[in-house]
Amino acid sequence: MIDQAGGLAVSDLAVRFGGVSALGGVSFEVRPGTITSVIGPNGAGKTTAFNAITGYLRPTRGEIVWEGAALTGLRPSAIAARGIVRTFQKTSVFPSLSVTDNVLVGLHLRGTAGFLDVLLGRRRLAVEEAALARDADALIDFVGLGHRRRETASALPYGEQRLVELAVALAARPRLLLLDEPGAGMSGAEKAVVSGLIRKIREQGVTVLLVEHDMRLVMGVSDTVIVLNHGRVIAEGAPAAVQAHPEVIRAYLGTAG
Amino acid sequence: MKTAGASVFTLILLTLPFWLGNPYYLHVAIMAGIFGVLALSLNLLLGYTGQLSLGHTAFFGIGAYTSALLTLRLEWPVWPAMLGAVALAALAGWLIGRLALKLRGAYFVLVTISFAGVVSLVSVNWMELTNGPLGLPGVPAPALGPWSLRAKEAYYYLVLAAVALSYLVCARLVGSRIGRAFLALRENEPLAESVGVDVTHYLVLAAVVSAALAGGGGALYAHYTRFVSPEVFLFTYTVTMVIMVVAGGKGTLAGPLVGAVLFTALPEALRLATSWQWQMLAYGVLLLLLVFFLPRGIVPAVVVRAEAVRRARRAVK
Ligand SMILES: Nc1ncnc2c1ncn2[C@@H]1O[C@H](COP(=O)(O)OP(=O)(O)OP(=O)(O)O)[C@@H](O)[C@H]1O
Ligand SMILES: [Mg+2]
Repeated sequence: MIDQAGGLAVSDLAVRFGGVSALGGVSFEVRPGTITSVIGPNGAGKTTAFNAITGYLRPTRGEIVWEGAALTGLRPSAIAARGIVRTFQKTSVFPSLSVTDNVLVGLHLRGTAGFLDVLLGRRRLAVEEAALARDADALIDFVGLGHRRRETASALPYGEQRLVELAVALAARPRLLLLDEPGAGMSGAEKAVVSGLIRKIREQGVTVLLVEHDMRLVMGVSDTVIVLNHGRVIAEGAPAAVQAHPEVIRAYLGTAG
Repeated sequence: MKTAGASVFTLILLTLPFWLGNPYYLHVAIMAGIFGVLALSLNLLLGYTGQLSLGHTAFFGIGAYTSALLTLRLEWPVWPAMLGAVALAALAGWLIGRLALKLRGAYFVLVTISFAGVVSLVSVNWMELTNGPLGLPGVPAPALGPWSLRAKEAYYYLVLAAVALSYLVCARLVGSRIGRAFLALRENEPLAESVGVDVTHYLVLAAVVSAALAGGGGALYAHYTRFVSPEVFLFTYTVTMVIMVVAGGKGTLAGPLVGAVLFTALPEALRLATSWQWQMLAYGVLLLLLVFFLPRGIVPAVVVRAEAVRRARRAVK
């Protein structure tokens, strides 16, 4: 087991779906304060790894340790409460809520009002709501959707919905943010915005684990790149070194990923 | 403008027994209020968390029987008996909420229906306790000190207060982080979990509050009709509640109340206007028209219209 008091340590992680092995014993680390990318051809097991880390599926084997404590068996909401928040590969917003309400849901853990406070209409509730509304506003401005606050999320163009997702995830105040293909389907200009945001997020002290197919984006922002193929780590290191790795080149050419 | 409208509306509600005249109309108003509580209750689950409970009469019936039995068999005063009814219904809601965690969607619907079926069977067959199909007559009316609330005029105010209280509970929940968590579960459960919304906690909470309100509605019903029988578990009551919520506008605060008033008054109006066969037909046609033209319900449609008018006015200026 790897001792990494600050970061995330994944060791010997394996996930099987019936007869299919999606991950066959994967180990890697994410050092605090870095941007680490996971790349690999379609079906390599990237999303599966995210699902296992964030509690959406139970691994067949292996251990995931975050800030010195194992995450085994925790529900996604409990993992979020420990500071790990993920986004989804497929666009995922609260479709019929406004952009502001989407982000307010993201702020859920920052609110403290319980059932009785709410029923009795305690005064500090209004104070808290006002603070949350300010936080939501600031996050919406941060991702550049200030002009969309009151729009319904599902009515926004695709690229903007992905920005809403990012704001929702950030609202949960992650210390480790897992982004699953945040640039997928975006235009070049939109991708530039996203990569700028990812850098800014890291500057605020958030550790980032990124899955992305766009090599320019990955190579531009990452400190470390991990390459998965058929559920195994085939290379790991600095972006330039990984790009030149013969097995990586073979994996990409071989599967036309 | 808005506050003026609200004051007029409140005034109308508060003075209703004085100018309504006909006690039969007052009866309809009381039933609309009781159904208003039930519709608010169902809406919390159906409209906000997105879970369809087709066994909602179970909570209604548990409330009615509990309050009736506590007053008749244990000779509790009415007010504590009503609280007991709310508490027992809440407990049943907790049970169903726990089940809902494992079973969602169609399975949840089936579980709620079966639950209502089981409770109904108990009410029919546990003769010593419930008096079976004969029911429990002589349920006492509540009293406020020396004043009995037996008269319809007085009971109307009790029901009005209960509706106001239920509405307040729903409004406060909906306007808080708890209500946002409910909505988040309806909208996108995996995403809600990813930002720390505890599904278990909030589904159970919604079920408990919803069941508690329905139990309160049942208690109000029992002490109004002063007779409880297994009829309180009739599936038609659940269907009526669902119609009220959906037609009024699920996921809105006012929708269930609008639906409750409309669909309590409508069958009565039709009964006065025409014969039995035509009543059912007219009811069905009206429902179809509503669903067809206002698929999201009356209240959302009105809100959208009002918004459009406001925008147009602003544009003119
Ligand atoms: N729920 C599931 N049931 C069965 N098989 C699954 C499931 N989820 C993923 N798989 C399989 O596991 C393997 C890894 O899938 P995964 O989604 O992790 O790949 P990925 O690296 O994220 O690919 P992509 O780049 O296309 O998103 C694939 O073969 C996929 O078909
Ligand atoms: Mg994937």
